[in-house]
Amino acid sequence: MLLVARNVEKSFPSADGPVAVLRGIGLDLCAHETLALTGESGSGKSTLLHLIGGLDAPDAGSILVDGHDIANMGDKARAKMRRETVGVIFQQFNLIPSLNVSDNISFQARLAGRHDPAWDDTLITRMGLGAHVHKFPEQLSGGQQQRVAIARTLAARPALVLADEPTGNLDEQTADAVLDIMLQLVAETGAGLLMVTHSQRLAKRMGRRVHLRAGHVV
Amino acid sequence: MIRAGLQALLSHWWRNPLQLVTLLGGLALATALWSGVQGVNAEARQSYDAAAATLGEVQFAQLLPASGDQISEATYIALRRTGWLVSPVIEGRRENVRIVGIDPLTAPGTIGPITLTPGTDVAAFLTGRGQVFGTTQTLAALRGLIDADLVEASDIAPNVAITDIGVAQRILGLEGQLSRLIVAPQQPLGQASLADIAPQLTLRQPQGGTDVARLTDSFHLNLTAFGLLAFAVGIFIVNGAIGLAFEQRRSVVRTLRALGFPLHVLIALMAVELLVLALVAGGLGIFLGYLIAAALLPDVAATLRGLYGAEVSGDLQLRPSWWLSGMAIAVGGTGMAAASSLWRLARMPLLAAARPRAWAMAAGKGAGWKGLISVALLLASLLVIVLGKGLLLGFFALGALLIGAALGLPLVLDRVLALGQSMGKSVTASWFWADTRQQLPGLSLALMALLLAMAANVGVSTMVSSFRLTFVGFLDQRLSSELYVYADDPAQAEQLVAYLAPRVDAILPIQSVQADLAGLPSEIYGYRQHATYSDNWQFLTSVDDAWGVLGRGEGVIINEQLYRRANLNLGDEILIAPAVYLPIVGIYGDYGNPIGQAVVTEALFVQVFPTSVPLRFGLRLPSQDVPALSASLRDEFGLSAGNLINQAGIKAFSLNVFERTFTVTTALNFLTLAVAAFAILMSLLTLAGMRLPQLAPVWALGLTRAQIGRLELVRAIILAVVTTLLALPLGLALAWVLLAVVNVEAFGWRLPLYLFPLDYLRLGAFALIAAALAALWPAIRLARTPATDLLKVFANER
Amino acid sequence: MNARALLFCLLFPFAAIAQGFAGLGSAADGFAVPAPAPVFDFPTDHALHPDFRIEWWYLTANITGPDGTDYGLQWTLFRSALAPEAANGWQSPQLWMGHAALTTPDQHFVTERLARGGIGQAGVSADPFAAWIDDWTLAGPGFDQLRMTASGPDFAYDVALTAEGPLVFHGADGYSVKSGDGQASYYYSQPRYALSGVITLPDGTVPVTGSAWLDREWSSQPLSDNQTGWDWFSLSFESGDKLMGFLLRQSDGTSFSSATWIGHDGTVAAYSDGAFAARPVEQSQVAGGDIPTTWQVTLPDRGVDVTVSAINRNAWMNVTIPYWEGPVRITGSHDGRGYLEMTGYE
Repeated sequence: MLLVARNVEKSFPSADGPVAVLRGIGLDLCAHETLALTGESGSGKSTLLHLIGGLDAPDAGSILVDGHDIANMGDKARAKMRRETVGVIFQQFNLIPSLNVSDNISFQARLAGRHDPAWDDTLITRMGLGAHVHKFPEQLSGGQQQRVAIARTLAARPALVLADEPTGNLDEQTADAVLDIMLQLVAETGAGLLMVTHSQRLAKRMGRRVHLRAGHVV
Repeated sequence: MIRAGLQALLSHWWRNPLQLVTLLGGLALATALWSGVQGVNAEARQSYDAAAATLGEVQFAQLLPASGDQISEATYIALRRTGWLVSPVIEGRRENVRIVGIDPLTAPGTIGPITLTPGTDVAAFLTGRGQVFGTTQTLAALRGLIDADLVEASDIAPNVAITDIGVAQRILGLEGQLSRLIVAPQQPLGQASLADIAPQLTLRQPQGGTDVARLTDSFHLNLTAFGLLAFAVGIFIVNGAIGLAFEQRRSVVRTLRALGFPLHVLIALMAVELLVLALVAGGLGIFLGYLIAAALLPDVAATLRGLYGAEVSGDLQLRPSWWLSGMAIAVGGTGMAAASSLWRLARMPLLAAARPRAWAMAAGKGAGWKGLISVALLLASLLVIVLGKGLLLGFFALGALLIGAALGLPLVLDRVLALGQSMGKSVTASWFWADTRQQLPGLSLALMALLLAMAANVGVSTMVSSFRLTFVGFLDQRLSSELYVYADDPAQAEQLVAYLAPRVDAILPIQSVQADLAGLPSEIYGYRQHATYSDNWQFLTSVDDAWGVLGRGEGVIINEQLYRRANLNLGDEILIAPAVYLPIVGIYGDYGNPIGQAVVTEALFVQVFPTSVPLRFGLRLPSQDVPALSASLRDEFGLSAGNLINQAGIKAFSLNVFERTFTVTTALNFLTLAVAAFAILMSLLTLAGMRLPQLAPVWALGLTRAQIGRLELVRAIILAVVTTLLALPLGLALAWVLLAVVNVEAFGWRLPLYLFPLDYLRLGAFALIAAALAALWPAIRLARTPATDLLKVFANER
Repeated sequence: MNARALLFCLLFPFAAIAQGFAGLGSAADGFAVPAPAPVFDFPTDHALHPDFRIEWWYLTANITGPDGTDYGLQWTLFRSALAPEAANGWQSPQLWMGHAALTTPDQHFVTERLARGGIGQAGVSADPFAAWIDDWTLAGPGFDQLRMTASGPDFAYDVALTAEGPLVFHGADGYSVKSGDGQASYYYSQPRYALSGVITLPDGTVPVTGSAWLDREWSSQPLSDNQTGWDWFSLSFESGDKLMGFLLRQSDGTSFSSATWIGHDGTVAAYSDGAFAARPVEQSQVAGGDIPTTWQVTLPDRGVDVTVSAINRNAWMNVTIPYWEGPVRITGSHDGRGYLEMTGYE
């Protein structure tokens, strides 16, 4: 099993005391599997994704990614996991502004020590970014930026791809095109894909769907 | 409406206290350094002016005696009786206080020391024991030693005591004698010709500025340059803070305007807001400046006294002109810094979006232009140094050099970073270099400040240390006699010589007269031929066998000041007395003296100036005998400490003067570096808020926050190191201009440039520590950024 | 008031009193005080009297150029002592002030000199007579035969004076009472000098002739506390008669007058307070203040009822302590010329 989450709890401090966002979530995901995580705004789906991606630590419960429990990891170990095991695609601001497209794409792969220039080239071609490799992020459109982000994640060949509304900022047509190519490539690399979305239309294209409401899986 | 608008605008500062601190702090620091330095300058100038007013040499022409003489009262009366409206002055020293006697009845209106208030007792000033006016410190030196009433007056130049002419003559033992005559600006018809009445007197036109003021101009310009530099750095900071605040408030402005708030009222409100901020910061800055000036003044005063003999009061007075100008420069600086922001606001389309990051990066735009201007300025500086002449041009060259270098800095840094980027192998390294390059525009103002501060420090330290080294070597050459004795009068001098002749190896009379040589105020010295001179004195340039020619009375040696100022050459003949022309056979360095000097043999001197009697003597004797001889001279002749000076004492005094100079220099070093560090800190803190979106992806991709924080610190240090390394050659260029261009123009001598690697290392370390300290807090803040803050970057709500 | 003006006031108490510095100089402080029935000793008494606080040699002249233009000349040497003693050198308490003026119908040139006694810059000697300050002199073999010179930045004069009559003693044989409180001075004049010489104006030199009047006066307590200024007239009538009269204005609005009639036949008559009267007729705006430049002057006992008017209304002595002094024209019961001095108007 690629991902096993059990009884995950997380709350955030607020002016009125801690607010529980996740209240004992459980979730499984295998390699080659695609899962849509849906829910209303504030249902905790992004928080769960962040916890699985090692970007934050749960208050209770266990999250095993590739057999390692994130809950027991320190800052360094979580950073190592982010580098080597998972790949995260956000809705926006995925790219490093100071690096050009080509450097952005190779960045995580090089961090993970798995850089394969040929694979980069393949991704660049498949993503239709060939004309833009020397451009900087601020010179790209939103759709292009998201394609770079996806390419960068896949270039590192992570076991688990996490996507948080990856097409949320795009128009419908572009969103479909980006999602198409992402699903295609994830399938080819054999990674598991967990995607947070509030769009039922997009969720239907995933293998499995899990709906969150008020911090519970329903 | 205005209240609502003001509230909307002001709320920005409460939300962004850091910006407020940057703005106020930058402006306050800038004003503080500027007004601190100006406070010191103003105090010194006030002292010179008070001295000049006493002497009247600035406003009035004067009649001066021929070389070495006094003027007799009979000559004075003869002049008055033939229609010369002149006023007598007698001057001399008692207890190292300059005693000036004047005649208030004939002195032109603006001379005159005494603040006459209705309680003033004129009879007591003119008759009886007399009254001596001076500052508290001056009078303390005289108390109990002179027979006259002492009256405190704060507006008298330091170390000057003013009294009636008759009282001064009595105190100085110069009855019937006058030092010079001040010529009233309006003279009556039918005046007799000076040549008929007093052919021995020469008329000197008003000087238009005091010798001492001219002499110390360079010193004050150095201080001013320091102050201006610090102010410029501060204005950079203020400009940054204001620009950012305006940029961030664009949305507020847009909303207010959309709600129907008139643009001109908005602009007026913001201008008033800035004015208030400028006044607050200016007030704070003036307070700090006062503290700086008060702390520096005693050392500056000691330096000026030691180096130039210029008397400067050690007490700082809070003059309205000083704090008003401080306020004016704070408000003016803010206006300058805000002008472009207000202009842009006035022209901004209603719906323009706020782009604070674009603003921060805008400094990088026009880099090409800046590069061109930089090269042009550097070339101009070079051109001026090669072709120009004059103190002002020297300073222009300095300014062009510094500004040109500062403008070129971002380009050079970018090249250096690109080099680093091309050499970086790991992915973190290549990201680090790329990211550093991208940060450069936002940091370039602060780095320019660091460059200027560091270069100024290297330059001034090099100059001061080179001067010290040269001067100490010069003292060793010059002060070759073990003991110097000063007689009070010719009779005592005669007795002294008789007493000393069997007791010392050699007696070397030192006699001099004041004279104009080649049209410049100078002194002519007569020297007794002795190995002391030919063994120790070194010429900068000379003819063959210069001592031989000089010894035969067939030549004269002159100091470097006279040589340079009068554009003389070896072999040129100069007139040292009526009908006495002598060729120049040697030029010697003379670093302790503002005016020209010429040396001839004692025999020739006595022949040309028969009235001059030597009162000073250098004595050669084994140095272990000095204390015993000093003691016996004190006992036998009642000579005071001031009449006996041993070589070691003078050297110790001179070195002490330099210690004071170093205190001032070190303090200014620290202050300028502190301003630069403040600029770095504020730039980094300002950038930190905008950096989260740049750093969040890197963090998400697997760098820890601690790593990122460390890299931020390393980045600041690398930039500081490169800047500091670049500042070193710039500082040396600065030192060279100061020593070889400005010094020659200001003092008439050129000093050799020495290098002080240890000092530079120390300064470089200071600069790095300053930069590291400035970067530490932002880095720590970054390393401790909560994950949620980083995640917000990606959050949907954005 | 600037420092110099203050210095001046302290040095020259009579001017200070005229300026309203009440109390200054009215006490004699060890100085000698004039006594009635003086016996003068000439030429010694032409020189200074260091025991007295103040003293002056005051010469005014009405002169005419070749084209008939009227001019006025003034040459004054004041002495003021800080202490009643003589000494040599800068220690001398005797201080000197000179005023010289040259008045034309439309211009008025003034200059001033100050000097310390004891060093030879200024002084007065009796035999031969010489009074001087700087390059200005009033000197000759005797008091009857004098040469007078003075110079300023824009004018100069050099004239010869020849006495044409005896000295005249004012008050009681030269003891001139100045107030109801008994303040007095020694006061005599030589009112009949014939003058000839040259004056230098910015346009060039002009030969002149005319007549001059020299006043000698010394005292230690010249004025009473309540006296704020004076108006002094020296009038020369075409009949050959002369009249000296003065008013001392008092702070209560009254005045104290005194006069001397000098007949062409050699008769001299002194008039005490009240006999002589002078009334301002017309004021002129001079140097920012109102100055009476036309007067109605009467001495009924001699049938004098004349109008005295300034030849140049702007004869303002703009010296350290300013006053008005200039030549006048006389019309009415008698015609003639004269001089008018007015102090305490600033």
